[in-house]
Amino acid sequence: MSAHLEVEGVSKAFGGLRALSLCSLSVEKGSIAGLIGPNGSGKTTLFNVITGYVRPDAGTVALGGTPITSARPDEVFALGLGRTFQLTRIFARLTVLENMLVATQRKEGWLRSVARPAASSAEQRRAIELLDFVGLTRLASARAGTLSYGQRKLLELAYVLVADPSVILLDEPAGGVNPTLINEIRERILALNSEGKTFLVVEHNMEFVMGLCHTVTVMHQGSAIVTGTPDAVRSDPRVLDAYLGGGEEQDDDVAVG
Amino acid sequence: MSARRESGGAASPDAPAVPLGGSGRRRAAIGTAWIAFAAALIVFPVVFSNPTVTTIGVFTLVYMTSATAWNGFAGFSGYVPLGHAVFFGVGGYTLALVALHLKMAGGYAMFALVPLGGVAAAVIAVPFGLIALRTRRHTFVVITIAVFFIVQLLAFNLGFTQGSSGVQIPTPLWTAATFNDRFYYAALIVLALAVLVVWGIRRSRFGLQLLAIRDDEDRARGLGVKVQRVKLVGFVLSGVTVGMAGGIYAFFVGQVYPQFAFDPLFDVTVALMAFFGGLGTISGPLLGALLLEPIQQYLTLQYSVGSLYLIIYGALFLVVILAMPRGVIPTAGEYLQMRRARRVERADGRSPAATPSVEVAPLGRASR
Ligand SMILES: Nc1ncnc2c1ncn2[C@@H]1O[C@H](COP(=O)(O)OP(=O)(O)O)[C@@H](O)[C@H]1O
Ligand SMILES: [Mg+2]
Repeated sequence: MSAHLEVEGVSKAFGGLRALSLCSLSVEKGSIAGLIGPNGSGKTTLFNVITGYVRPDAGTVALGGTPITSARPDEVFALGLGRTFQLTRIFARLTVLENMLVATQRKEGWLRSVARPAASSAEQRRAIELLDFVGLTRLASARAGTLSYGQRKLLELAYVLVADPSVILLDEPAGGVNPTLINEIRERILALNSEGKTFLVVEHNMEFVMGLCHTVTVMHQGSAIVTGTPDAVRSDPRVLDAYLGGGEEQDDDVAVG
Repeated sequence: MSARRESGGAASPDAPAVPLGGSGRRRAAIGTAWIAFAAALIVFPVVFSNPTVTTIGVFTLVYMTSATAWNGFAGFSGYVPLGHAVFFGVGGYTLALVALHLKMAGGYAMFALVPLGGVAAAVIAVPFGLIALRTRRHTFVVITIAVFFIVQLLAFNLGFTQGSSGVQIPTPLWTAATFNDRFYYAALIVLALAVLVVWGIRRSRFGLQLLAIRDDEDRARGLGVKVQRVKLVGFVLSGVTVGMAGGIYAFFVGQVYPQFAFDPLFDVTVALMAFFGGLGTISGPLLGALLLEPIQQYLTLQYSVGSLYLIIYGALFLVVILAMPRGVIPTAGEYLQMRRARRVERADGRSPAATPSVEVAPLGRASR
């Protein structure tokens, strides 16, 4: 096995607040890795660094051996790394199908993109296939803004898949979603994983994480403190310290490293 | 698959059950309306030959073009520029200065300079866009206004623009009876071009990317959209079209002055027209300009008070923002759709939301 996504020594400060300090993490190809930690421990910031939304102060990120530390979000996505957001972000005034087509990747100059239609029939077919996969085909022509919260999560997962990424980062996929839909999301992740896709999943729902992930990494105050199998992590004393010592909310303003 | 049932069953009641692209019949009706509209514009000067009326006609076409082009960027991308008068003025000045230096006599050849005005607008639009589009929302608006005032100041002070005395444009020696008509049809051609460009954009992949930027620019970036490039291309295309409208306008008026060619009210007017008809629609800005520009011209001619229209505009703006914040066309469209849905409901005796419609709306449905 080899590390497909490799984060090394990443630090990031917002003003005086050290959101990430010397954070390292590696995700094996074809695995489902979990990322847990108290609120404010830097999980979302780490996602932002990996996907090019935030530039780290120090450290490197590599995808399949290619450095992507200073790549822009569109370049990261084109290289095969897709992500969803903690607070679901969809294009509310576009239809569900149009949302899917935004993510379609084409190598073409600006003139061609102006002259050619939004989607070829093959691209549309592919989009519908993926909507089928998450069960949203019936709503293809509905405005995305009319979807329920859980449906939005599914749509976000579906359009990330359009570009056929090798790694998918999910930021709290089960947060605020009803139990039935959580199961759906779980099944989709497992199905995609069996096709070889690699996952890195941030989630507060312990049952979800422990049942799904092959390895779990615990973050605390901007660093990855423990990595191991779900069972090993569950019984690690440092993990209890991180959760009990820091407290869930207070951790937000802890700036000492 | 149970996934499908679960999410499908949760369809919210305001999800349109009727595919938004509409049936073939509805699309045919829309097509017919467009053809009738184009025909009416073509025969207009034949029916109304009064020079006062055709003069208003030319100005109206120029503003229909400008509002369409402005909306082609603002309505699709969500960025609201208030410095498009730069392109309007540059188009006019280009025509005037080239005619001056080539010592052209006024005639058909002058119309060939109109596209040149568009090219000049593009040359300005690239650096303008590169600077302004680094910012968003309010900062973007303020920067476009600032660039506008800088350019106006330059027009006042640069040697080759001849300062505040402006530049005279040779008047064609056409008979009074046909004078306006030639400008009218030239303006109509530019308008047709503008509508075709915006319509093409709406159907293109590029247009979809602009709309995605409008809804959530950062998310679009994360899905591979090269947002800076897309915004710049949209900005430049819009500027080029407004530059051509400015060229026609200047040629028709016969002179360019800094304060008229670079008019701070230009953007306010054009934005109001687009907002009034419906931002981001294709017919909206056309309708807005078609209603508002003749009112402005009429009031100015009738009462010779050049600023009376501003009061009317202000009042209209308030009415639109308060009563139909999305503009006339989208509001009317929704109303019609609601009525149709209710009719279907009554005919079927069941809720339209229960209709299993898996039909997929064709893209480009916003082109009402
Ligand atoms: N753009 C930002 N500007 C300032 N502070 C930020 C920014 N993004 C995150 N933070 C701060 O960094 C810390 C880590 O946040 P985050 O990565 O969202 O944690 P988590 O996702 O683990 O809850 C928090 O204290 C948060 O307030
Ligand atoms: Mg978070």
